[in-house]
Amino acid sequence: MKYTEEDLEQELKTKEYKYGFYTDIESETFAKGLSEDVVIAISKKKNEPQWMTDWRLEAYRVWEKMEEPEWANVHYTKPNFQDIAYYSAPKEKPKLNSLDEVDPELLDTFKRLGISLDEQKKLANVAVDIVMDSVSVATTFKKTLGEKGIIFMPISEAIQEHPELVKKYLGTVVPTTDNFYAALNSAVFSDGSFCYIPKGVKCPMELSTYFRINEGGTGQFERTLVVADKGSYVSYLEGCTAPSRDENQLHAAVVELIALDDSEIKYSTVQNWYPGNKEGKGGVFNFVTKRGICENNAKISWTQVETGSAVTWKYPSCILKGNNSVGEFYSIAVTNNHQQADTGTKMIHLGKNTKSTIISKGISAGKSQNSYRGLVQINARAENARNFSQCDSLLMGNECGAHTFPYIEVKNKSAQIEHEATTSKIGEEQLFYCNQRGIDTEKAIALIVNGFSKEVLNNLPMEFAVEAQKLLEISLEGSVG
Amino acid sequence: MELKDKLLSSYVAFENDIDTNSDIHEIRSKAFKNFESLGFPTKKLEAWKYTSLNSVLKQDYSLFPNKENAIELADVRKYFIHDIDAYKLVFIDGKYSSFLSETTHDTFDVCLMSAALTKPKYKAVIENYFNKIAKEDNLTSLNTAFANEGAYIYIPENVEVEKPIQIINFTTGSEAATMLQPRNLIVVEKNAHVQIIERHQSLTSNPVLTNSVTEVFAAKDATVDIYKIQNDDEKASLVDNSYIEQKSNSIVSVHTFSFGGNITRNNLNFYQRGEHIDSILKGITILDGKQHVDHNTLVHHIEPNCESHQDYKGIYDARSTGVFNGKVVVNKEAQKTNAYQKNNNVLLSDKATVNAKPQLEIFADDVKCSHGCTIGQLDDEALFYMQQRGIPKKEGKALLMFAFANTVLESVKIPEVKQRIAKIIAKKLGVDIGFDL
Repeated sequence: MKYTEEDLEQELKTKEYKYGFYTDIESETFAKGLSEDVVIAISKKKNEPQWMTDWRLEAYRVWEKMEEPEWANVHYTKPNFQDIAYYSAPKEKPKLNSLDEVDPELLDTFKRLGISLDEQKKLANVAVDIVMDSVSVATTFKKTLGEKGIIFMPISEAIQEHPELVKKYLGTVVPTTDNFYAALNSAVFSDGSFCYIPKGVKCPMELSTYFRINEGGTGQFERTLVVADKGSYVSYLEGCTAPSRDENQLHAAVVELIALDDSEIKYSTVQNWYPGNKEGKGGVFNFVTKRGICENNAKISWTQVETGSAVTWKYPSCILKGNNSVGEFYSIAVTNNHQQADTGTKMIHLGKNTKSTIISKGISAGKSQNSYRGLVQINARAENARNFSQCDSLLMGNECGAHTFPYIEVKNKSAQIEHEATTSKIGEEQLFYCNQRGIDTEKAIALIVNGFSKEVLNNLPMEFAVEAQKLLEISLEGSVG
Repeated sequence: MELKDKLLSSYVAFENDIDTNSDIHEIRSKAFKNFESLGFPTKKLEAWKYTSLNSVLKQDYSLFPNKENAIELADVRKYFIHDIDAYKLVFIDGKYSSFLSETTHDTFDVCLMSAALTKPKYKAVIENYFNKIAKEDNLTSLNTAFANEGAYIYIPENVEVEKPIQIINFTTGSEAATMLQPRNLIVVEKNAHVQIIERHQSLTSNPVLTNSVTEVFAAKDATVDIYKIQNDDEKASLVDNSYIEQKSNSIVSVHTFSFGGNITRNNLNFYQRGEHIDSILKGITILDGKQHVDHNTLVHHIEPNCESHQDYKGIYDARSTGVFNGKVVVNKEAQKTNAYQKNNNVLLSDKATVNAKPQLEIFADDVKCSHGCTIGQLDDEALFYMQQRGIPKKEGKALLMFAFANTVLESVKIPEVKQRIAKIIAKKLGVDIGFDL
């Protein structure tokens, strides 16, 4: 049976509102700084079993010896890791009484993104009467998922309830020793999502953070683990098009995808964190490790729209371990003002007849720097591997930069690799053509940017695609000189 | 003794031995200090990620072979492009061979670096150009520290040099491994035109390491064509550092043909300091055995309305490794730049490796920049088609490879060089192709 909004409303009227926000979390923040004790304390706080504590400690010890990477084409003041509180109960945001109290700029953005009034209220943290609240929605969806045997819950709960699954897969794709930020995340992650799709099950809905089960505590060091068992399918949506004014400056998330034989995972991200103001002050540092592993005939598809954050450092990757496995990467990265993005992908071909596709679109405006950095590696045993990469950059104004750093390493003669990259600007003739037809310049640019990004937008789930399209428009506002 | 220590300890003796003016001495000692602190490049450096010099640096090289080694023209004739008249600058174990060379001072200078560095006649040119664009990286610094001998070419305004200039470095080192560090300076003034053919050739089975630096200055409206033929003995390794500065309306092309040698590293750097400049970088690389060739190119677009064209073809067999690391930088001011970069590779063996890293760094918006990189195999159907028509498989394959490399070969302006390259390719592929390309 289909679950509709009316059903929900009905349910909410008849049922007492049970799940408030962060009801059982006491306000508590650890003192700033990181040490083994802090790691143990976080683990205790989460009531974790011993193996988990040991795992975190191991990661911490590795992290201590690591140095912060500097190879990315971004410049920023390094965070002081002893000046961060590694565990804090979610902050209660000031509750507002009506939308009138919300920052009008934010409201304007909401309106133009086409976000519904109720959702707007939720996002701006306005108290609402009819609770279109994610908690209850999620609970109901959880029931539907439960019937299919799909597990979708915060990873902290999963550690308690499904320790065997978490233990089996956690850290198998992104080992604790992988890199500086992955090690840090492993040591101190407070929460995140866990998703398991059983054999042969096609997940009936887009699993999305819109319906995040517990919003609290997932902020800074998020850990996501998605396991698709043999023959299953899941589409996972992360993030939100609405601007999110997060107070945490450093975000170091880890996402691990495991696609077992014949399964498919589609992972879509829209990231629109605070990019800092027009002068480049403030903004989020987004240092993310995302990686998936494909067994035989499996497929992993990453789609991302990155418009936020002051500094982005992100390479969603695929390890094509199984024969006939497929990896895809579709990305739009937009940088404006003083934003810096160094993003791309790694496609590691290990199995026979593996295929990968990379479509990366970078748009730079203002004084921003936008880099594509990618690796296509064909190992000696990867017979008949195939890769197609395309990296296009669009520059707006002469104070921004677009860079491409593709690495191609081939050790098998049957491989077929194509890589192409172009850099260009919006043609004056194209603009003139639009102007002639009564489309003003700003609209014309939006139109052209949309065309430029279409190959990627097409890969987003429908509802997301529409919003992402508008988001691009808004992100580039005022960049026309 | 480690090679670095050996070099460091021999520096003082080297400096005392040569008669030099104080300016050059300063440049040398600065470069020497630079090398002392940097050492040899390791794979940890991003620019050397795919090429390790470890095996090459392990050898015990003799740095300054003091015996004058003479060689018979008949023995080495085949290494010259001998069917054309040409100026020749021949060096044997780093020492000038007047017997094999043909220099000139008539209207323009084709002579020796050692002379240019010491004689007052050349002082102005040396002051203006020597070590002005060479980078201060490890190996270039090392070369600068020991810079003494090599080719000195100065072409004054409006002179068109009627025949090509061949620069050949022979190594005889029959009793020991040899390290050479030739240093070349090529200055081409306004509206002048010159063609240069460069070759390094080992005549011994002992290991050879050549660390060469060439600085080329092309003034306004100048045209310079450089052909680098690298078909050396399998024990010979080469690091070829070239720095080219171009002024407005100049055209400089560098063709690099890499067929031989042990480890070959080409650092080719173009700096465009003017408008309406064209830079052409082309290469054919055909390798087998355990050979390793690394093309590391940089084109720096500094001013508006310039172009660059890169086209590198590679064919890799057996356990060979090919690296292409191409970088195009477009400065903020360099609007209306057109930069093209193409790198196509064919792998013939499962043990062969290709590593490519075509980079673009663009800071200007009104530009057209593109790069393309492919890695694949010969078309089986095309091969089958030829076999059907009675062309044996081996020849068929060779024909396909010729066709593949032809976009580079066809832009060679000296017919004799083109023919020679075609012959080397045919020999490398083990076929006898009876047609002119």
